[in-house]
Amino acid sequence: MLNDLRRKQLRVFLRNRIAVVGFFLTLLLILIAFFAGYVAPYDPNEQNVYSRLTSPDLKHWFGTDSYGRDTLSRVIHGSRISLAVGVCSIIFGMVIGSLAGMFAAFDRGKIGNLIMRAVDVMMCFPAEIFAILFLVMIGQGMDKLIFAIGVVMAPRFARLSYGTTLSIREREYIEAARALGAKRPRIVLKHIFPNILGEILVMCSLWTATAIRVEANLSFLGMGVPPPTATWGNMVRTGVSQLTNAPWLSIFPGLAIMVAVLAFNLIGDGLRDVMDPKLQQG
Amino acid sequence: MIKYSIRRILLTIPLLLVVLSMVFVFVRLAPGDPAMAMLGQYATQEGLDALRKQMGLDAPMWLQYLRFLGDLLRGDLGVSMLNGVPVVDQLRVVLPYTLELTVSAMVLGVLLGVPMGVYTALRRNRSADYSGRVVSLVGISIPSFFLGILLLYVFSVRMDLFPVLGAGRDGDLGDRLYHLVLPTLSLGLIMTSYIMRMTRSSMLNVLNEDFVRTAKSKGLQERIVVYKHAFMNALIPVVSVLGIYFIINLGSSIMTEIVFSRPGLGKLMVLAMKQRDYVVLQSVMVIYATLAIFINLFVDLIYGLIDPRIKYG
Amino acid sequence: MKNDILLEVRDLHTHFYTDEGLVKAADGIDITIKKGKTLGLVGESGCGKSVTALSIMRLIQEPPGKIVKGEILFDDQNLLKLSEAKMRHIRGNRISMIFQEPMTSLNPLLRCGNQIAEAISLHQGVSNRDARAKAVEMLQKVGIPDPEGRAREYPHQMSGGMRQRVMIAMALSCNPELMIADEPTTALDVSIQAQILALMNQLKEEFGASILLITHDLGVIADMAQSVAVMYAGKIVEYVDVVRLFDNPMHPYSVGLMESIPKMDEVVPEDKILRTIPGVVPSLYNLPSGCYFQERCNEAFDACGKKVPPLIEIEPGHLLRCWKYGQQ
Ligand SMILES: Nc1ncnc2c1ncn2[C@@H]1O[C@H](COP(=O)(O)OP(=O)(O)OP(=O)(O)O)[C@@H](O)[C@H]1O
Ligand code: SF4
Ligand SMILES: [Mg+2]
Repeated sequence: MLNDLRRKQLRVFLRNRIAVVGFFLTLLLILIAFFAGYVAPYDPNEQNVYSRLTSPDLKHWFGTDSYGRDTLSRVIHGSRISLAVGVCSIIFGMVIGSLAGMFAAFDRGKIGNLIMRAVDVMMCFPAEIFAILFLVMIGQGMDKLIFAIGVVMAPRFARLSYGTTLSIREREYIEAARALGAKRPRIVLKHIFPNILGEILVMCSLWTATAIRVEANLSFLGMGVPPPTATWGNMVRTGVSQLTNAPWLSIFPGLAIMVAVLAFNLIGDGLRDVMDPKLQQG
Repeated sequence: MIKYSIRRILLTIPLLLVVLSMVFVFVRLAPGDPAMAMLGQYATQEGLDALRKQMGLDAPMWLQYLRFLGDLLRGDLGVSMLNGVPVVDQLRVVLPYTLELTVSAMVLGVLLGVPMGVYTALRRNRSADYSGRVVSLVGISIPSFFLGILLLYVFSVRMDLFPVLGAGRDGDLGDRLYHLVLPTLSLGLIMTSYIMRMTRSSMLNVLNEDFVRTAKSKGLQERIVVYKHAFMNALIPVVSVLGIYFIINLGSSIMTEIVFSRPGLGKLMVLAMKQRDYVVLQSVMVIYATLAIFINLFVDLIYGLIDPRIKYG
Repeated sequence: MKNDILLEVRDLHTHFYTDEGLVKAADGIDITIKKGKTLGLVGESGCGKSVTALSIMRLIQEPPGKIVKGEILFDDQNLLKLSEAKMRHIRGNRISMIFQEPMTSLNPLLRCGNQIAEAISLHQGVSNRDARAKAVEMLQKVGIPDPEGRAREYPHQMSGGMRQRVMIAMALSCNPELMIADEPTTALDVSIQAQILALMNQLKEEFGASILLITHDLGVIADMAQSVAVMYAGKIVEYVDVVRLFDNPMHPYSVGLMESIPKMDEVVPEDKILRTIPGVVPSLYNLPSGCYFQERCNEAFDACGKKVPPLIEIEPGHLLRCWKYGQQ
């Protein structure tokens, strides 16, 4: 029965061309990030005085910057930062957010209430502002960036899992499990978590897209992983001042951000169709 | 309705208080002593102590907190650590720029997004819907600074149709509007994508509702069923998320202001960050959060006005 | 066509094309509704009752659904052949419909009075003011106290029973010749159910309308209908007048349904019906070859598995689809 459902969902997913494109795009990006050292034609930090600010040609597909560094290689290496920060911060945010939300839904007492009010407060800030608040406090760096973006994304997971858990906990089988004396963590693990997993999965990919975008924004503002490490955001940041004479410096890394964010959005969009049959029939 | 509004307004107060406190805590916990940052590395111990005292940094934390709140209540946001200009004056200058940008982007988003969402919902799974879906997905994926850069590159650098930088001469409305076009487009098209997607799915949901079938069973024309019955109901969830979208929009506007070199809260914030001017930074954060809270309040009040279930709840 | 017949459905096939495959929700339906009479349509959940009703209104959602074959004769015209504009003129005017779910069937953003008036001004060409006055009058007719005040209320301000009365007022507001009531009381409290049914009966007499009454509940049929069509898995299996059905149900499925009626006048929840007939409704996605009822029929014999039995008239006015009664 469950397997039938899963198989049907897989079929729907595969028939959704948008989602499949997103899936392969993501796979490709992950492979590129993983094998960046092999894929990139040059060392991303190698300077070359003889080819400064060359426009895209066969030798340097994406051109070079004012130090003669190969933009393509830098974009390829930059993918590591974007993907790592995006994925890690979402995992981090998901774990603390969902746990907090599930706890609040189960507790429904003072502490639960407090958690959800805190969530409301955190959602008042634009994501970038909230992340900057954190970064000002804890300082810059990759680990701190992951932490900050994770904390920024956590309230969304908390709201999501709070809502779903509330609706599920009313169902009979949970009541039954509770009547049989099952412990709370056990109920959460055995009954609630598998039930909200689908929805969390959908949102995970949509919010990974958000996290990658937020990382790029912070990087663009100079709050990301500091140079000389190449990140897409700081490449655009330094490139934009040369938009008139060397547009490739900002346009290619910008495109890369867009494609990465898009890839995760495509998957999330497709997954949502699978989960919500009402919206995809016909 | 009145009860709902009052409750909603009262709810804002603790929210505001908590948000302000958070800003306070975060900025105070930031590494580096503001006084040190101000005087630079050659400061003497005496100079530092004097400045700390002057800034009230020697007082216990709770007293500083109370002073912070008290100052806020009186509308006093302190003076910039770097140039001694009162922060309120700085904010008064830049706030209108940010508001005109974010509001016009939002308006553009609603004006384009809602009709496009309805259109694609009614042509579900046909080519218009399909391409609309792809385009709007690109729209929610593109970072605002990148869309800004693309627009700048195409319309200003290549075609020379629009100005490259700045917000236009003060007092010259035409010039201001002229400078507003590209930034508004770059934020507004992103908003359009969000609103279009929301409208589409809301419309599809509503078209499946029982009351739409009832409307059809009365013999009403398709047009009336769609616009009078379905569309009006589909708008309600769209309105309810406009607040969230505005917050996204506000966040994106920071980058847009940087790209177009427009004065505004975002530009001020980034400058304050660079200079470690915590007084300004703290105030900008406060303004951003307050704006977001009030926008949410505003949207909720409108929501109550258009939904009879709340109005006559 | 005999002139005491108001509506005749002939060989109606309505299919749904879903992800799991083809669903023949109405698989060759034949029913006849006489003028001023009530026809009951009974059957278990999912057997295609609502689809039949919506097909008559031509409100099947397309896609995924489609009326693939058949005729619906109403006043000497085939509704399936009418243009959409002509069909609109019939909907809500000459044929109206009441839905199962009063809680969700009214537009939450419009005042109840206006929702009724909308149909009146559309079909009777009267001014908005007159239409609204007529709406208030209709609300009074369906027994709503303070009709003027209620007309200004929104659906969420009313109880389920009140909303269903509004639906009935709406359905009757243009003096329709046929009113289709799709389980009008299933969602309501027991005490309200009886009131609503009595109201429908009374108004039917007053307006001289016919009713197609869809229900799970044979008790309701006994009170309301003159004839009954018993439906199973997209097909009519027995069609007869109420007296003969209750005296002597002949189709094994009808017999099962009759046995499931509790002795007193209490109302049966649907799951009780299922319990007394062994087995479950077959999935419409893969029906057995032969008689669809065979797996649950305790009188099945070898002929039943070979071919679907035809619907035949075994005595005047009594149609049956069962091999047990042979083939004339
Ligand atoms: N929109 C639809 N999409 C796909 N299948 C549908 C749709 N509407 C109805 N069906 C199929 O048609 C069959 C008959 O549905 P119908 O609503 O007519 O049942 P019913 O007899 O009215 O049941 P109930 O008593 O529960 O109202 C169902 O089994 C369902 O699978
Ligand atoms: S045809 Fe056979 S299986 Fe079907 S109802 Fe009649 S006796 Fe039962
Ligand atoms: Mg039904």
